[in-house]
Amino acid sequence: MSTSAIVMMAIAMLVLWGGLALAIRNIARTPREEPTEVHRDL
Amino acid sequence: MSDQVPPSGTSQEQRSRGAFTSRKVFILAAIGSAVGLGNIWRFPYVAYENGGGAFVIPYLVALLVAGLPFLLLDYGIGHRYRGSAPLSFRRLGGATAETLGWWQVGICAVIAIYYAVIIAWAVRYTFFSIDQSWGSAPDDFFFGEFLQTADPGIGLDFVGGVLWPLLLVWVAVIAIMVAGVQKGIGATSVVFIPLLVVAFLALVVQSLFLPGAAAGLDALFTPSWGALTDAGVWAAAFGQIFFSLSVGFGIMITYASYVGRKTDMTGSGMVVGLANSSFELLAGIGVFAALGFMAQANGVAVDEVATSGLGLAFIAFPAIISEAPAGAVIGVLFFGSLVVAGITSLVSVIEVVISAVRDKLDLGRATASLVVGVPAAVVSVLLFATTTGVPILDTADHFINRFGILLVAVVSMLAVTWVYRDLDHLRDHLNRTGSLRLGSWWLVLVGVVTPAALVYVLIDELRAVLAEPYGGYPTWLINSIGWGSAVLVVVVALVLARLPWRRTVDLSAPPEEVSR
Repeated sequence: MSTSAIVMMAIAMLVLWGGLALAIRNIARTPREEPTEVHRDL
Repeated sequence: MSDQVPPSGTSQEQRSRGAFTSRKVFILAAIGSAVGLGNIWRFPYVAYENGGGAFVIPYLVALLVAGLPFLLLDYGIGHRYRGSAPLSFRRLGGATAETLGWWQVGICAVIAIYYAVIIAWAVRYTFFSIDQSWGSAPDDFFFGEFLQTADPGIGLDFVGGVLWPLLLVWVAVIAIMVAGVQKGIGATSVVFIPLLVVAFLALVVQSLFLPGAAAGLDALFTPSWGALTDAGVWAAAFGQIFFSLSVGFGIMITYASYVGRKTDMTGSGMVVGLANSSFELLAGIGVFAALGFMAQANGVAVDEVATSGLGLAFIAFPAIISEAPAGAVIGVLFFGSLVVAGITSLVSVIEVVISAVRDKLDLGRATASLVVGVPAAVVSVLLFATTTGVPILDTADHFINRFGILLVAVVSMLAVTWVYRDLDHLRDHLNRTGSLRLGSWWLVLVGVVTPAALVYVLIDELRAVLAEPYGGYPTWLINSIGWGSAVLVVVVALVLARLPWRRTVDLSAPPEEVSR
């Protein structure tokens, strides 16, 4: 693979996979609010 | 007990509509919807064709300025107004706005009818992979022996090899829908999405070890910087992000209406949007590594084997499977992934219709699932389990994507922003519980930037279909199936929006939760 191809692949991986990891970490930190209603799927 | 929703007709309605039991289930279901066949067979080729590595830039820009903001708009509408697309729009803007919801429902009905048959093909190909039933000519096998494709037309010559798996897909999907939001859609996603990720990762790892894989990745990621000055490349990026995320045609509104009122929707949206694109990148790597192998095995350049859509899945991949070491494993992983990704998307598409029918007629889950699922299955079988299915599928898919999904998305966005002026209110709603604060920038992106970009894409597409008949198909087919389906869903929407709701359905917006 050429250097430019490796760099662009690395950038895409870093932004998308890294961004996903950060997004998951963010929601894991916020309190989990479960529905308080009793849901019945009639 | 201070968290309890005030007793009202609305809260009773919430209880009876069903819901996801947790944020995790909702996120997995939303990822299941977003990650579909397009992620696997559309993204890699679109990226390759539009600048390779340079495409990363317009793609990321489109994701950040259009995809994620649009996803949050859908979440805001469904989560605030807590109904199917027609009910949410009714509560947002009254009877006229309800038409937008039914337009989205009609589009979902059309998509569900043809999407199911592609899953049925993938089911057959998962088994064909084991002994490589396509022999040495996958192209002839697919269109000839397997689909027995006739000239474009509408006939009733059934193909047994498609009919049975198609019936199986519909039985499975209807069973999931009858089981309900949590026990059906939620449970399917909780099992299938992790399975899909593991299976696809295994496929990618195996592809990366094939000889020639590096040449494939080189072809995909080598940047062609000149592409950045080409407006068509930017339109392709916005189009890819838009089609891939399942935004703008009711799915995310419907799913968001099943989420607890205090759930962090903006934080969840970031996870869903980035997970969708992350999977797309993974698919690009897996597909191009395999195409690199095929090119090397045949002594040709990657551009001679690169393709997308049906050609990639049912012609190029079988050829790769036949030639690669442990090809049967690659085949089962690839087609199995298509089946899983397809089922979780099909379920989300048909839920838009079921949810709308349930809300309007105040029906039970099982009744609504059968009222929608059985006729959809019958039409699906009549049109697509026959020798004339492929041209109809191809035409319906092309037109309903562009002049259905894209058009309704633009119109809805503009209406919510400029006619009903609800964007401020939706932002405040999302900010009440969201971990990502939406500022004025979100209003600008959703109200101006995204619609402008999508209008450009739409005009581009319109110009293309007017310049030459799509796919070289006869005019009658393009007019009846292509334009016909796009127009029919609007007419049906206008009629359905004028029919009365059951008196038990509360058409007023539910009260906002008191923030603490």
